[in-house]
Amino acid sequence: MNSSSDTGFNPAFNIATIRQVFNEAVEKVRMPTPMRLRDLIRQIRAARTAAEERAVINKECADIRTSFRDEDNVWRCRNIAKLLYIHMLGYPAHFGQLECLKLIASPRFTDKRIGYLGAMLLLDERQDVHLLITNCLKNDLNSCTQFVVGLALCTLGAIASPEMARDLATEVERLMKSPNTYIRKKAALCAYRIVLKVPELMEIFLPATRSMLSEKNHGVLITGVTLITEMCERSIDTLQHFKKVVPNLVRILKNLILAGYSPEHDVSGVSDPFLQVKILRLLKILGKKDPEASETMNDVLAQVATTTETNKNVGNTILYETVLSIMDIKSESGLRVLAINILGRFLLNTDKNIRYVALNTLLKTIHLDMTAVQRHRTTIIECLRQDPDVSIRRRALELSIALINSHNVLTMTKELLAFLETSEPEFKAQCSSSIVLAAEKFAPNTRWHLDTLIKVLVAAGNYVRDDVVSSTIQLVSESGAQHGGYMASKLWVELEKDTSDKQPLIQVSTWTIGEFGDMLLQQSDEHAVTVNEEDILRVYHKLMWSPQNNIITKQYTLNSLMKLSTRIKVNVDKIHEMVASFTTHMHTDLQQRGIEYNQLFNRYDPMREGLLERMPAMESNRTQQSQWNETIENIPSPNDLLVTDVTNTETTSDSNALLVLLEGSNGDTELISNQNPSIMPTMTTDTQDLLDLLGGLDLNNQPMQPLNNLPSEISSTNGLIDTTNHIFDTLSLAEAPIVSTTKVKSPGTVTAYDQNNLLITLLVERDQMNIDSNTVNMTAYNSGTFTINEFLFQAAVPKTFQLQMLPPSSNVIEPGSSLTQLMRVSNVSKSQLRMRIRLSYTANGVSIQDQTEVNNFPTPPDTFGTSTLDLWSENQ
Amino acid sequence: MMHFMLLFSRQGKLRLQKWYVAHPDKVKKKITRELITTILARKPKMCSFLEWKELKIVYKRYASLYFCCAIEQNDNELLTLEIIHRYVELLDKYFGSVCELDIIFNFEKAYFILDELLLGGEIQETSKKNVLKAISAQDLLQEEETPQTFFEDHGLG
Repeated sequence: MNSSSDTGFNPAFNIATIRQVFNEAVEKVRMPTPMRLRDLIRQIRAARTAAEERAVINKECADIRTSFRDEDNVWRCRNIAKLLYIHMLGYPAHFGQLECLKLIASPRFTDKRIGYLGAMLLLDERQDVHLLITNCLKNDLNSCTQFVVGLALCTLGAIASPEMARDLATEVERLMKSPNTYIRKKAALCAYRIVLKVPELMEIFLPATRSMLSEKNHGVLITGVTLITEMCERSIDTLQHFKKVVPNLVRILKNLILAGYSPEHDVSGVSDPFLQVKILRLLKILGKKDPEASETMNDVLAQVATTTETNKNVGNTILYETVLSIMDIKSESGLRVLAINILGRFLLNTDKNIRYVALNTLLKTIHLDMTAVQRHRTTIIECLRQDPDVSIRRRALELSIALINSHNVLTMTKELLAFLETSEPEFKAQCSSSIVLAAEKFAPNTRWHLDTLIKVLVAAGNYVRDDVVSSTIQLVSESGAQHGGYMASKLWVELEKDTSDKQPLIQVSTWTIGEFGDMLLQQSDEHAVTVNEEDILRVYHKLMWSPQNNIITKQYTLNSLMKLSTRIKVNVDKIHEMVASFTTHMHTDLQQRGIEYNQLFNRYDPMREGLLERMPAMESNRTQQSQWNETIENIPSPNDLLVTDVTNTETTSDSNALLVLLEGSNGDTELISNQNPSIMPTMTTDTQDLLDLLGGLDLNNQPMQPLNNLPSEISSTNGLIDTTNHIFDTLSLAEAPIVSTTKVKSPGTVTAYDQNNLLITLLVERDQMNIDSNTVNMTAYNSGTFTINEFLFQAAVPKTFQLQMLPPSSNVIEPGSSLTQLMRVSNVSKSQLRMRIRLSYTANGVSIQDQTEVNNFPTPPDTFGTSTLDLWSENQ
Repeated sequence: MMHFMLLFSRQGKLRLQKWYVAHPDKVKKKITRELITTILARKPKMCSFLEWKELKIVYKRYASLYFCCAIEQNDNELLTLEIIHRYVELLDKYFGSVCELDIIFNFEKAYFILDELLLGGEIQETSKKNVLKAISAQDLLQEEETPQTFFEDHGLG
């Protein structure tokens, strides 16, 4: 400091001054004056690059750290202020936390002011320095300077942790009763935060809270109302307790409306909107489900709703809150209509914020008074159609969708379709799906429903979600031939146009034309389009080779084309040619389809007609879903089944319905499973609980036998068979080729199972040498496109039979190939063979279990047909 | 209850942040970044509200500064606009036609003013006069304990 010059020539004073100056100079040399806050800010702002800024800040932070380490009390305040600026720029400043506490503990107000500011910014309720700050706060809450108390309360309100709240609640409660309004209002909000953190502390604030409503000061009033609101929302008891203040609140509100201009609280002609809104909100909570309280506030609400000035945001703020209150309490119906009408007026407001709020609120209140909201439908549509604000259009769209009912579905759909055509891409998916849903729910007739779906597909193009494609196809399928031709011709018209940006439309169109192509080609007045085969094939050719069309679309198209081959009359060869061109397609799936369909033309042409017949009407998804769920529920989990001990499942026939199907003459059942050769030999048990047995042998949980182990396993199996089953000893697998010459085919194969692309046939062969012995040759053919894995075939026969199963040729079935498995059945009683079979396998990642019964085995023939040697050896 | 208030410039620079709910620093930064980007990307003809997680964001631009508040679902977004406006009025009165630089160089004052308007995320004083009176009284306290010449060098400067 350079103060010696203006202190005159008093030598004594000079010596003292000189000493002070000297000391300060020494101090300054030892530690230079830290940069001033504004200089730091200037430096940082002058930095041209991020790196430069970082350099300035790193240097300054290092200086600040040094200063902190040196316990420098003089510059601490300035250093924290700088640190707070640095913190705002996103740099770490946690090392200032403790220094803030030191500032708070300082007696200087400047230090406290910055210290508390730093505490609020750098600490939050997670910090563990809380014990220290709690003590500081306790001291300052008892300060005689109101502003120090104010700082402490403000900080407590911002960073109170539950522990702090508990420790300081009584202090706050004391301050709530202070005669000083500056402290009372802050204490009330502190109490509010404490209740928020620790609701059980509510009790101690109750008496002090009640008296706050009789205060004139608006700060105390508004903080008191805020505190009561919070308490009422937290506890039903408190809510009941405060019901009695409803008249007080009504009076305060009335006074606010009726009071003349008061410059202190006026906001563009409205008297203290902040307080009005808070009171309205508390009234809403107090009047909810309470007819008596609602009755008390009806008048004042109506008064607010009708007298509030509406040309400024302030007035609308209050009206908005009033509407929310009216809709929530048990208000008179007239008042509700008034409220909805206020929202309707909001929709016409030039302020976009008010329109947004109106749409949002209408959406929330639509369930309360649908008809009142319906009255504003045209305004809502206006917002949807032409509001410049995208978020308002989004709200309008949601509201429009919510407004659709059976009465207005025709007009609303028309509006939504118009919107769909012009709207931004972000809306198209939601809008199209919503129209589809609404159409499904409220469609007056199928024709309209179908038309709407086509319009959606055309308008939304590629933004259509997959669900729309499937549900449209579903509907076309369900509506059947009656509308099929109509749809085909309608979609044909669309398909002829440029469709590259409408993949879903192509998919639906090609599916429909594939199914109903014959109807499309028929001349009919209804369709009003004449189509010839060449046109169709030209369009299909374009679709299939257009690079803009995606693979799924091409799959649809190729399938459709194939179906068309049986629906058109002349150009079948051309279709064959087009299909054949896909046999070399780059994409494997399309290539496979091409090859398969080509085969259908070449080798199985007679089957083509039958295979490609029109599909039966699809069942609705929902039904399928529920059926599927049921199936899943009915299958006991493998764990459940494994619990059952195979040897321990005697009797209890009454529990098992399956038994009825299988009981032989003596009611016993023999059951065999194949998969594990170690337990594979004939197993005869007395059990009648087929399911348990099947489960007990369910080998899904046991390691599968690797394929390459099979030969050795087979031979060992054979050994076992030889010793355990003398009936078959001449038929052991090793001798099979020889033996088979003596076997003959029974007339006909039995199809045991044909579902999910899996065809299982059973071929029963009578053994010539042993009249009582049959060989059942099971062939499982995979007609699907996915490999079937972990295939497990199990069979059970009535007790009068004996069943032995040999290992299957594999447990994997590639698409288009098959596996075989031999079973030997000895039929001593010569009764009709019946078999219960159970399958489990995995296809395309889905594991499937199924069971069925085979009753249609051919009756034991007396004469035998041709030799099956070829078949037999082939199956080996 | 207001969860936080952010002031940021058109360039996306944070000028003030007031948090009424506790978050770790990292989360605060993430939220701030996210909101600044979202709001700056919005067009002027769009409304002042956006839904963000379970909160409502209310923002308004005054000259080069954006004022952005996060409030709860039950809160009145139109009133929040009034609160923002009230804060701007207070800053304007205090600084005398406030500009962004005033808030940059006197950010602590801006915080002090906000702390007299809101406490714990709720309005504590609806009279402008009372807020400004409290602020100037506290400024006076500071000046009294630190002589002006001394303040220049020792105080915040």
